[in-house]
Amino acid sequence: MNLKGQKVTLHDMSLRDGMHAKQHQISLEQMIAVATGLDDAGMPLIEVTHGDGLGGASLNYGFPAHADEEYLNAVVPKMKNAKISALLLPGIGTLDHLKMAKDCGVTTIRVATHCTEADVSEQHIGMAAKMGMDTVGFLMMAHMVSAEKVLEQAKLMQSYGANCIYCTDSAGYMLPDEVTEKLGLLRAELNPNVELGFHGHHNLAMGIANSLAAIEAGASRIDGSVAGLGAGAGNTPLEVLVAVLDRMDAVSGVDLYKIMDVAEDLIVPLMDSPIRLDRDALTLGYAGVYSSFLLFAKRAEAKYGISARDILVELGRRGTVGGQEDMIEDLALTMAKAKGIL
Amino acid sequence: MSKKLKAVIIGPGNIGTDLLMKMMRSEWIEPVWMVGIDPESEGLKRAKEMGMKVSITGVDGMLEHVVEDDIRVAFDATSAYVHADNSRKLNELGVIMIDLTPAAIGPFCVPPVNLQDHAKNLEMNVNMVTCGGQATIPMVAAVSRVQPVEYGEIVATVSSRSVGPGTRQNIDEFTRTTSGAVEKVGGAKKGKAIIVINPAEPPLLMRDTVHCLTETEPEQDAITESVHAMVKEVQKYVPGYRLVNGPVFDGRKVTVFMEVEGLGDFLPKYAGNLDIMTAAALRTAEMFAEEAANDTITLPART
Repeated sequence: MNLKGQKVTLHDMSLRDGMHAKQHQISLEQMIAVATGLDDAGMPLIEVTHGDGLGGASLNYGFPAHADEEYLNAVVPKMKNAKISALLLPGIGTLDHLKMAKDCGVTTIRVATHCTEADVSEQHIGMAAKMGMDTVGFLMMAHMVSAEKVLEQAKLMQSYGANCIYCTDSAGYMLPDEVTEKLGLLRAELNPNVELGFHGHHNLAMGIANSLAAIEAGASRIDGSVAGLGAGAGNTPLEVLVAVLDRMDAVSGVDLYKIMDVAEDLIVPLMDSPIRLDRDALTLGYAGVYSSFLLFAKRAEAKYGISARDILVELGRRGTVGGQEDMIEDLALTMAKAKGIL
Repeated sequence: MSKKLKAVIIGPGNIGTDLLMKMMRSEWIEPVWMVGIDPESEGLKRAKEMGMKVSITGVDGMLEHVVEDDIRVAFDATSAYVHADNSRKLNELGVIMIDLTPAAIGPFCVPPVNLQDHAKNLEMNVNMVTCGGQATIPMVAAVSRVQPVEYGEIVATVSSRSVGPGTRQNIDEFTRTTSGAVEKVGGAKKGKAIIVINPAEPPLLMRDTVHCLTETEPEQDAITESVHAMVKEVQKYVPGYRLVNGPVFDGRKVTVFMEVEGLGDFLPKYAGNLDIMTAAALRTAEMFAEEAANDTITLPART
């Protein structure tokens, strides 16, 4: 693979996807420390919100230590070069949240829908584009449908005004060939001035390989997370990706030693437990299940005595999508009743 | 003289047609008019075959018949944009308006919670909130009638096929309207609503999770009893409304997991979210008819 001279914009997820792994309990001081460390390392884009995006604060997904507005107001003014992005899932977040984020100084808004439901994003993408924001359409769980379906949905988001489209491997299920096929078709068929992005999870340890495949196929934005802090087995570990891109003479603009230090000195100490590919995280990738279900399944296992792996496999079989965290306890209760445990 | 109130349905789409099929069985409401704007519409043709009078020029095409046909109730299954006009024109002629659009000009109506009050007060326009609201607010109310609820949150998961273009283009309206009604009707001090759309095939039944945070330690037995009683109330008009799991108690958090299967009249059974809207709207009109028959309310005078 030849990526020599290829420019790649890296986008850090540790303060958004990482919120899942931290049960949304990152403190303001920790947010500021990590974000300023990343800024200093040359990270161009950093996402900051509740794990489930703007408005995610809820009993269903977890109440965060602080409101999105507090996090954004704490982090944005501290940035020298890095820009701050925010995620928004229509159905959870609203235009009011979007306007709040803009007022806080967020420059990039990423409107996320399930990979078949792009038409719920019209009002949010439209508004963000109208406000002159860097507007990203983020198609989640993209492994569940064909490349043609992803393209059809991406075209909708493009028509609403998105200037960048993401193919998102929320379950960490994809293998590099699938990434190549999907990003390749998007690159061939979308407007040439629309950027492409890839967001991976490391549940089959494919984060780096898939990201490289995506770059080769035409993606110019790659999501990852310093030290992998993210849902499931985490996101593509960014310090590793930076090292690999350096070796390949691709251009990320991120300082390798500095981001290694952020990973080791700031992120690892704040992990509740090591982000690793344990059997439950592996099950996510193998069964194609939304990565943030991991800790919910582990808690259901502890509470109801049903194995997290069995719960996750059944959730995959039922075709659950991002946002259906409430299904996990419900299903565990039903499985426990069937087993005569309850 | 028949005790039945005569009705007009505005909007011959899926909702209007399903409503018509349910109404054909009603002991209290008699469908007479179906109103549309597209002469080629399948729904209008179907309504005509079912013996309805039809207007192809919207509400205006039937206004002059309201008095002679003794139309007393209107169901608006069009859109928020035209609802206000429809409502004004029909209210002026003494027709009670049941609003299935998100316009919400009139008070929210969730039958087992506050319909009786609306009927007794002869509210001339009541709004049916949203599908998620109809499915979940009875559960919030079931908790809040036992003890104060500081925060109520509902998560509605619906099949992709059951979500129409209107909802998709303005999904914020769902979250805003539903969370408002969780407060106003459900009795939670603060409300939140989340909607998740799932494209699985075969389509999944509507699922709803309701979380409440009670102000003090939940009275488990009383809440459990209240929830079961409320489920039975909803089942009177939506037989496929089921408590799947719960109530589960975790500190001050009370959670119930619901499932809604539709009757499958015109809309498929998985679309319990749409069925609960049409069933609740019909139930609402029936209550007005019952109250009128009992002389507890007097319908607007007509000569």
